Amino acid sequence: MLTYENSQILKDRHVSQSNPVPAAAGTLSAESGSRRPLVSLSGVSKVFSNGTTALQNMTMDIRQGEFISLLGPSGCGKSTVLRIIAGLGDPSSGTIDWPTSGHDASGKALPEISFVFQEPTLMPWATVFKNVWLPLRLKGISKQEAHDRVMEALEMVGLAKFADAYPRELSGGMKMRVSIARALVTRPKILLMDEPFAALDEITRFKLNNDLLHLWEKFGWTVVFVTHSVFESVYLSNRIVVMAARPGRVVNDMRVDAPYPREEDFRTSSVYNDYCRDASAALHAAMGANDHL
Amino acid sequence: MSALEEQGQPPVSAPAKLDEPQPVFAARDTTFERLLKVLIPVAMLVLLVLLWAWYVKAYNVPHYILPSPLRVAQSLVDDWGTLSSALLVTLKITFTALGIALVGGVGLAVLMSQSRWIELALYPYAVILQVTPIVAIAPLILIYAPSTQSALLICAWIVAFFPVLSNTTQGLKSTDHNLLNLFELYGATPWQTLVYLKLPNALPYFLAGLRIAGGLALIAAVVAEFAAGSAGAGSGLAYRLLESQFRLNIPRLFAALILLSFTGVLIFAATSLLSHLLLRKWHESALKREN
Repeated sequence: MLTYENSQILKDRHVSQSNPVPAAAGTLSAESGSRRPLVSLSGVSKVFSNGTTALQNMTMDIRQGEFISLLGPSGCGKSTVLRIIAGLGDPSSGTIDWPTSGHDASGKALPEISFVFQEPTLMPWATVFKNVWLPLRLKGISKQEAHDRVMEALEMVGLAKFADAYPRELSGGMKMRVSIARALVTRPKILLMDEPFAALDEITRFKLNNDLLHLWEKFGWTVVFVTHSVFESVYLSNRIVVMAARPGRVVNDMRVDAPYPREEDFRTSSVYNDYCRDASAALHAAMGANDHL
Repeated sequence: MSALEEQGQPPVSAPAKLDEPQPVFAARDTTFERLLKVLIPVAMLVLLVLLWAWYVKAYNVPHYILPSPLRVAQSLVDDWGTLSSALLVTLKITFTALGIALVGGVGLAVLMSQSRWIELALYPYAVILQVTPIVAIAPLILIYAPSTQSALLICAWIVAFFPVLSNTTQGLKSTDHNLLNLFELYGATPWQTLVYLKLPNALPYFLAGLRIAGGLALIAAVVAEFAAGSAGAGSGLAYRLLESQFRLNIPRLFAALILLSFTGVLIFAATSLLSHLLLRKWHESALKREN
């Protein structure tokens, strides 16, 4: 199975060079995405310098247009997976492939990634505009050239009016929106989110959940979303990867086939309820007998 | 620092009758408070000077022990020619030393933040320079330096250099790890990370170091001159202090002392103002807490 997939990936890489896939998630890319993963992790493990096995033998394909939630208790390595995908820290063993992304001269993948951290991670000395401009600025795009794209990203998260404000003047939810705008400004293929709404109150979290889903439906990126909330993962994603701790590993990979767009009434539907029950059961099974919380 | 903050309230014109009961209005209270913030220190100063004058007069203290404030003021005016030229010399040494300390301190801090090996090699010597009392090194420096002035400069520089170096290093090191990750993720070059992330992050630390260094540079300029025992036309306020002491010209000694204190306060106020202006938009230290 693995060898078949690998050869498939290699073939696809040739195809992708001569016939690039459109970035937008139309029917075409959704169809091709079902065959060719955007990211492919095989046998990825991570052992920290203190000897902890944060992640053990993880194999997972992430396809174009998927909204994947990594769900699990703390210490199950879900953030570690995200960081490894982002290229922050190499895996101790295993490989990560980017079959459809460009590669630099040394063969290193140049994926178009954006990352949203648990904290907004804004520069307090810079205005909202300058914070969102940062990824473009680092690529050498001047303020004038970047202006329209930055404002467009701020428009998407509804903060265009706050371009000149400083982060300290914003509420927690607004800071997180700026952080999302900064992630969107580069028009990434894949958006990695590490418990982005965990520190927010429930009202703000629901609101941002909805906004995130609308943006995802509109632009069709691929999202990998780390969370420890069953309800959040079912509401947002079309695929939930349940992980267990000590050592961090994948124990379940379930699909959530409820159609989008999902709105507030989905939260109270029986379908939602059923999925939540399934995900909860999977999570409890994952936590097993040796986890005394 | 709150007096420097822009507040859209007109100043109250008649603060004369403070003993009258004030109606309790929130807006009134803040103007009243601001007034008190100026009035109390000024009133305290006036009170202390009056007490001093009264003590000298009442107990008939001879002016070569403790001169009256009036005599000191008189001396400040009469000896202004000598004192001002001495002040100029001291100021020149202080600010030149501070300037070199800023450039050197920030430069070395940046260098050390780029390479752990450089830090391991150099930091111990910076500490040794700092912990050895300047008065103890001054005689050696006087021998090696080409002129007394340059020896004083070196002494003042050694003292002012360390707070800048140490604080800036701390600031460069305490950059948010997530922001560092973010910069790495977006493929920032080391130069971009330094300019857009580490240096702005180190700014509050650097400014705190600058405030300490400003005061220390003045102190070191004076102490080094004591140690050097310089004399003549080109000497600074420290020499004038010693000279006044030898001649029992205590009013002039007080005048020189007041000039020194005043200079120190000015340096502190200037560096604080600079710090406030640079940080007022974003850093906790310059923000007013509102609850």
